[in-house]
Amino acid sequence: MTKVKNVVIAGLGGQGVLKASDILADAAFRAGFDVKKSELHGMSQRGGSVSSDVRFGDRVLSPMVPPGEADVLLVLEETQIEINRPTLKPGGVLIGPDVLNAAALKNKKSLNVALLGAVSTVLDIPEEQWLAAMYANLAEKLHTINEQAFALGRSAAIERKAADQ
Amino acid sequence: MTSERLLLSGDDAVALAALHAGVRLGTGYPGTPSTEILETFDQLGGRAQWSPNEKVALEVGMGTAFAGARTLVTMKHVGLNVAADPLFTAAYTDIEGGLIIVSADDPGMASSQNEQDNRHYAQAAALPMLEPIDSQQAYDFTWLGFEISERWKIPVILRLTTRVCHSKTIVHPRGAAAETPEPAFQRNIPSRVMIPAYAKPAHHRLRQKIAEIAAWNAAEGPIRLDEGSPALGIVATGIAAVHAREAAPEARQLTIGLTYPLPMERIRAFAEGVERLVVIEEGDPVLLDTLRAAGLPAEGKPEMYRFGELNVARVRRILAGDVSPEPVPPKGKPPELCQGCSHRSVFQVLKDLDCIVAGDIGCYTLGVLPPFSAMDTCVCMGASIGVGLGMRHVLPEDQARRVVSVIGDSTFVHSGITGLAEMVYNPPATGHLVLILDNGTTAMTGQQEHPGTGRLLDHSPTGKISFEALAEAMGVQNVHVVSAQDKEQSLQDLIAGLLAKPETSLVVTRQPCVLAAPKIRFYEKAAAEQASETHCPAETAD
Repeated sequence: MTKVKNVVIAGLGGQGVLKASDILADAAFRAGFDVKKSELHGMSQRGGSVSSDVRFGDRVLSPMVPPGEADVLLVLEETQIEINRPTLKPGGVLIGPDVLNAAALKNKKSLNVALLGAVSTVLDIPEEQWLAAMYANLAEKLHTINEQAFALGRSAAIERKAADQ
Repeated sequence: MTSERLLLSGDDAVALAALHAGVRLGTGYPGTPSTEILETFDQLGGRAQWSPNEKVALEVGMGTAFAGARTLVTMKHVGLNVAADPLFTAAYTDIEGGLIIVSADDPGMASSQNEQDNRHYAQAAALPMLEPIDSQQAYDFTWLGFEISERWKIPVILRLTTRVCHSKTIVHPRGAAAETPEPAFQRNIPSRVMIPAYAKPAHHRLRQKIAEIAAWNAAEGPIRLDEGSPALGIVATGIAAVHAREAAPEARQLTIGLTYPLPMERIRAFAEGVERLVVIEEGDPVLLDTLRAAGLPAEGKPEMYRFGELNVARVRRILAGDVSPEPVPPKGKPPELCQGCSHRSVFQVLKDLDCIVAGDIGCYTLGVLPPFSAMDTCVCMGASIGVGLGMRHVLPEDQARRVVSVIGDSTFVHSGITGLAEMVYNPPATGHLVLILDNGTTAMTGQQEHPGTGRLLDHSPTGKISFEALAEAMGVQNVHVVSAQDKEQSLQDLIAGLLAKPETSLVVTRQPCVLAAPKIRFYEKAAAEQASETHCPAETAD
């Protein structure tokens, strides 16, 4: 189990948390990894907190990321950061909505994909698989706007990394 | 197996296997986490339909299976309670086409009113039960279920759990679709007509079938052995098996796929080769009790782990015998009725009138939460009406007059109609008021159609049940239909007026679910266009 990457994506119902985890899981799948993705649907999701786990690597067993073992925690909504922090392992990467300037997004609904752009800089999945997964999981009319969003998040994360160094 | 590689949820994997295995009809009633199975089966080109409830779904499925067609019947765990009457006697019959009943259990209650463990049904009804650990097994066990079902002419329960239904994992499908025989009626009265004279030998046949399946399970059933140190031997089932493998990779592990009837000889041999034998199973100690009854020195889990789902961390604790309090996960934001939801104004009125509300299962159960806190009971589908009547029968008059039953449109069709019959037949002295909150869809499970919407599972038009006409025909004294958009005041006046009357009343508050409304308009427009196309041009020429 040493070669499994654990990612948790969290936010509120309606923000596209599950869509983001679908895209991530599909990108990892296209990159040839074993992948498992887990989430809950139903009553608890009516406007409430939502989270989804994606694990990929050579061989994944449980579909759920054990508490304190997430390599990456992506949170789409500021208020959801603290309640999800316990999933992160010591030294894990937290990516919150402030990683990018949301006002620069042409459509606020593409925040989930923009933040995946930021996540893409810390995961070993080629950019072309990210884009292929995005196309496969979104309606065609949304492709351009989400391509832009993905690029925005990706460059914002790269800039921030450069600034930190 | 082909080289094709797919990333599928457990639900989608069952649907794909059903298509490949030649299922001629899928029936069911929506219920988290099972709902997507029939929706996906439909989208893949299979024939699927929603029934009014799970009992009817299983009865239709028995008919198709008697007629020789491979059949899939889907429901959530509590749905099997509704279908339990046909289930127990279906076990006695000989079916022709394979029949798989999916029971999608919800340990941890992500979206359910209880976390009952439906493995008890397999034992109680004596029906084979398959429990996949991931989507690949969900696919494979659907195929295997049909093979077992047809070989022994017996219905098979495919038990999924929330994490199997809604997790996506990689599936290699078999590919080519099965050739299945054309359905044809074959008379077989002694095996299909369960009067005592035929049912007595049928029960003996059932036990004989189960004995044969147990032997087959031990010899060639779906059992996985992971080698490891004999210091720790784990026997596991379902999703718990992958948690266990991750928690204790050094252990020797036996994962059982067909969990009823158990492959006892295999388990006994496994037990003899290990120093410590631990059963890892979610929910009730069903497997543990069976192994112990067979005399095996098996350890189970401390009582605290009966509740909720298992995961890797909890399995580690079980293996360590750790019964210290578990870390409490931080509370997230609770769910709520959507902004603009048509149920909001109704619950505001019920709160303002200080009603005693017998509630039911659906989105509107969220009326129990602040700011409304306007629900006093919620037990099972349809219970609102009976529970409300019962309270009316015995409460002092001033309290009885405040009792209202609140039920959704899909839930009313599912099991509210018999409650309405009870109200007409045994009316309380103070009368009673039933509110049907008709939002035109089965909202909670993801906006499925039902017999009150006038549309089929694929949203094309069909016959439509009118609740108000039904209530009038049944003899309810006052029947009203109002838009939930009406001013709260007029709704409040109407309800207050009806509560004051010692008569039976039904009010339908009708306004589409805000999430479903755009789709409903789209379906209605498509139906209208289709209707005008089939119109004779001569009739509309002028």
